[in-house]
Amino acid sequence: MDWSPIWLSIKLATTTTLLLLLIGLPLAYWLSKGRSLFRVILESFITMPLVLPPSVLGFYLLLAFSPQHGIGKWLHHTFNIQFVFSFQGLVLSSVIYSMPFMIGPIKSAFQQIPASLAQASYTLGKSERETVLKILLPNIKSSVLTAMVMTFAHTMGEFGVVLMIGGNIPGVTKVASIAIYDAVEGMDYHSANSYSLFLFVFTFVIVTVVFVLNRNRTKSPLE
Amino acid sequence: MITANIHKKLRSGYGQVDLRVKLQAPTGSIVVIHGPSGAGKSTFLKILAGLMPTEEGKIAVNNRIWLDTSAGISLSAQKRRLGFVFQHYALFPNMTVRQHLEYATNDTQWINQLLKIGCLDGLADRKPEYLSGGQQQRLAILRAMAIKPALLLMDEPFSALDQKTKAGLIADLKSIWDALQMTVIIVSHNPQELEDIATQEIYIEAQ
Repeated sequence: MDWSPIWLSIKLATTTTLLLLLIGLPLAYWLSKGRSLFRVILESFITMPLVLPPSVLGFYLLLAFSPQHGIGKWLHHTFNIQFVFSFQGLVLSSVIYSMPFMIGPIKSAFQQIPASLAQASYTLGKSERETVLKILLPNIKSSVLTAMVMTFAHTMGEFGVVLMIGGNIPGVTKVASIAIYDAVEGMDYHSANSYSLFLFVFTFVIVTVVFVLNRNRTKSPLE
Repeated sequence: MITANIHKKLRSGYGQVDLRVKLQAPTGSIVVIHGPSGAGKSTFLKILAGLMPTEEGKIAVNNRIWLDTSAGISLSAQKRRLGFVFQHYALFPNMTVRQHLEYATNDTQWINQLLKIGCLDGLADRKPEYLSGGQQQRLAILRAMAIKPALLLMDEPFSALDQKTKAGLIADLKSIWDALQMTVIIVSHNPQELEDIATQEIYIEAQ
């Protein structure tokens, strides 16, 4: 069995999870602080990949970042960056596609913390930043862990959007889910089964670990 | 000296309520606020603390303007540096008793003194979930006092304490308030329990 699709999937999932953690924490905190129309619209965009066919997202990303025109052409000529049929394209699409899995649990956790905790910190003279770092985040760490694992697991299983923007280039964009599809197309059921079994067991283990770690702390990550 | 003149429209169990409170209290006084539920007692404390906005109001503490809606002045809660004891304590689940006080001040001697006053010195390494209701309430009081505020606001601070503990704690707190010349405003459903120490009473009713 060629392990490179597995490693590529793990590399993609790790990169996506770390990037989304950096983006997701401040964004989820900001979204949790109000219900203005702008926030609601932005949250709708963030949540859309949960219900949108991956091929739709992949199609628009393909159009937007095509090196022949628009932003893609400008990025290619100015910074020599190409998102289509490249690993960075997979990362970009995964960040967009998995964003609701990172933002959702963290935003809910911020909202469930009583406002009086932050207020108590403010009356002690602490800034909003210090309050978030020392009071709010430590009290939602189980939700942050859940969000990270769900993001990682979801990225490991991505197929449609990855195929649309990345294609099937061995060592570059051929992740495990694409390798399964490719093996079945070539009637190599043994390889397809090996990749599938690995993804099945791997995903089951990490999701179970999260449930076990959080069994006394939070509800199901899907609630 | 603290002077406050607040007007805020509230929605409560009585429908639309006009909260109007005038307060003038010399430094070191102990003001007890009472009145029916939903009249706006806790809201008044939060406005004083800068945790809630109001349509009209002026607050000055020791000649420093904290709030003047007509002049567009409103100091943040951080800049007011007052102590606030929340009705439901608002303790930090991730911190031990000692860490709560260390979060507020670096003065170890003062922290030890507070722990002794609150009879929490033997429980300093426990997190709030392992404290009784009364112990949690005492910790909330100690945390608010840890910054040695000029103004201490307390929302039902003794409701979870038994009579004996309450009497002892109030006596200890009173001596500290006197020593630090702290002005204290206490919301209580049971103002009789504080009549020995109160210098002023305010009744807030739904209007």
